Amino acid sequence: MPTVGVLALQGAFREHMAVLLRMGTRAVEIRQREHIDGIDALIIPGGESTTIGRLLAEWNMLAHLKERIQAGMPVYGSCAGLILLCKTIENSDQPSLGVLDIRVRRNAFGRQTDSFETKLTMPELGRTPFHAVFIRAPVITEVGPGVRVLAEFDRMAVAVRRDNVLATSFHPELTQDMRLHRYFMKKMCETGVN
Amino acid sequence: MKGTVRLKTGLAEMLKGGVIMDVTTPEQAKIAEDSGACAVMALERVPADIRAQGGVARMADPTVVKRIMDAVSIPVMAKARIGHFVEARILEAIGVDYIDESEVLTPADDKHHIDKRTFTVPFVCGCRNLGEALRRMAEGAAMVRTKGEPGTGNVVEAVRHCRQVMDEIRILCALPEDEVANYAKNCGAPLEVAIAVRKKGRLPVVNFAAGGIATPADAAVMMHLGCDGVFVGSGIFKSGDPKKRAGAIVQAVTNYRNYALLAEISRDLGEPMAGIEISAITPAERMQERGW
Repeated sequence: MPTVGVLALQGAFREHMAVLLRMGTRAVEIRQREHIDGIDALIIPGGESTTIGRLLAEWNMLAHLKERIQAGMPVYGSCAGLILLCKTIENSDQPSLGVLDIRVRRNAFGRQTDSFETKLTMPELGRTPFHAVFIRAPVITEVGPGVRVLAEFDRMAVAVRRDNVLATSFHPELTQDMRLHRYFMKKMCETGVN
Repeated sequence: MKGTVRLKTGLAEMLKGGVIMDVTTPEQAKIAEDSGACAVMALERVPADIRAQGGVARMADPTVVKRIMDAVSIPVMAKARIGHFVEARILEAIGVDYIDESEVLTPADDKHHIDKRTFTVPFVCGCRNLGEALRRMAEGAAMVRTKGEPGTGNVVEAVRHCRQVMDEIRILCALPEDEVANYAKNCGAPLEVAIAVRKKGRLPVVNFAAGGIATPADAAVMMHLGCDGVFVGSGIFKSGDPKKRAGAIVQAVTNYRNYALLAEISRDLGEPMAGIEISAITPAERMQERGW
């Protein structure tokens, strides 16, 4: 069984850990560079992307993580995690891993009072709509070649995948619906991508 | 759907493991963001200055708050006086991301807190014990923080309040079912919220530490005691080298168990803010006594 690391520098890592443990997955918190070596897959949680990015850079974890992801390690990023995975951030010069060829706009829906919950159609997860929680969320304004759009809201991409990299603007870890985590585990971690 | 409980508590979940810094100017806000703050608290005077200057402390001028909102991309919080629901409505209209109904400002109502359930914007409130935390949650607070004693640079009250809350949670969770109602009554907690605590084995909302945190070690000690993150008020911009200290406190909160790293980041931080011994403040002047 693969060991999934959850980046625990800042943000909602506890919620992702809880989902993984409920699914019976082996999950560990990643707080230092050395922790990266023992994992087979990674989740980057929601949180403050500038804070997490700064800590990643400060502790020289960026290059090491990037190398692992480019070598095929499955990774899933939600909200701040999506921003940290993307190649281009429209409205910021903060550090990111740059492993997902998309362009992202931060806080695209506005401030906290504009945060919202909605149902999304996500064919990859089955016919039942996915309840999505958007909190000061980013959107994807451009997708590069080979990047598949898994869900849209208002004709904007809010969930994408390319090979071993999965990203969503919303927070499945804040709901009881485990389908997205299951998709990540079954379709990306347990199929020998690594 | 907007303004739901899940969205309100959800933003607090995203702040966990982070540091929220008091700032009074856009320049300070930028320094806080660049140092890794997960949010800033916009206000006109930091608690140490409010304490020193006296007088009535009110909500900040909307211009100050707006300029700070324009300067940074991270969430911006602002303080309203206890019970002053119109100050809160004004802050909501400006578009702040969180409102702190705060004992640092002079209370506007000596009996009632704001009915926070009726707002779209989420609220954080202070507490010294479990009853206070649960009363605030029943009123709609989506996040709490232990009060400590603001503007002192003295962590002792923050530690006391955090231990008190954690202690009462442990007792509440260990009680037999038929003693819960009486325990809730005795600590002034609404029964439904007390039951929610027992179900989770912890507070159902995020709890940060506040009031007196001045060093990376102070921040780390609060994380060890079970807080989800820290507010630093006067501790950063009343110190000798705010940028360096801010960055060090951010690192300390993430790696509070890594003592070698804490030793490294605690070095050469310049002068900490001058502290105040709690016994030198008369009970009437203690901000923590505000709130009902």
